Amino acid sequence: MAEPIGNMFQWLIFLGAAFVSLIASLLLVTRKNPIHSALFLVLNFLSVAVLYVLLYQQFMFIIQIFVYAGAIVMLIVFIIMLLDLEIEVRSALKIVYSKVIGGFLAVLFLFGILYSVVAKSPTGKVGSYTPDKVSANVKAVGEMLFTQYLFPFEIVSVLLAAAIIGAVILSKKIR
Amino acid sequence: MWVVPSIPPALFLVLSAMLFTIGVIGALTRRNAIIVFMCIELMLNAVNLTFIALSRFLQSLDGVLFAFFVIAVAAAEAAVGLAIFVMIYRSRETINVDEINILKW
Repeated sequence: MAEPIGNMFQWLIFLGAAFVSLIASLLLVTRKNPIHSALFLVLNFLSVAVLYVLLYQQFMFIIQIFVYAGAIVMLIVFIIMLLDLEIEVRSALKIVYSKVIGGFLAVLFLFGILYSVVAKSPTGKVGSYTPDKVSANVKAVGEMLFTQYLFPFEIVSVLLAAAIIGAVILSKKIR
Repeated sequence: MWVVPSIPPALFLVLSAMLFTIGVIGALTRRNAIIVFMCIELMLNAVNLTFIALSRFLQSLDGVLFAFFVIAVAAAEAAVGLAIFVMIYRSRETINVDEINILKW
């Protein structure tokens, strides 16, 4: 970790991925066409997945690409194709106000987060999962998932089953 | 040869704050329900980045497990939310969030 070349490459990868993710998310919120937004969402997810690799979390990298960039965005694109979306109507005054107020509140919020990040370095009990130990990342995550987090895991499986049944019932045609 | 420092955790947190803010702006200003939904996914993703960065720099795996559960909940939310959009579109022929105001008091 101490060698300067490796650190330099980490910086390059971090800056590149951060830049791409910021640009992709900006384009996501500004494009008119929902399909373009969905594709920029995929780009954003992929560049954040690169950051996960930089943080030594290979398991989350795979999950991010499979579940987020694969399954969820595929679902969104599919729904966009099903619905015949009209062009977003821009009625005059109300929209402008909501944009200004919304943007102002969000920027205020950003300053709050930035202050809390800069003011204090993260404190907390340092755990035992050093980067060397996390190199067998999937095994470590699996062990923790099936011992300490077994109950939330089962709850999540119930939640997913409920969501599937709910989605089927909701989108069924009412006769 | 100069010494290159490793990436400080604050940069990951700042990046995630920026992504979250962009998501908030999109969710507050866009009118298309699907784009609002995508902005919510963007915000969840930014929170995941915070969890994983902190779990890396505190050398713990709890944050990773939290991010895992966040992704599972996001998948459930996507399924139910998009089904609701389809249903609204069937009955009202639009998913513009300004026109879906039947629950407004």
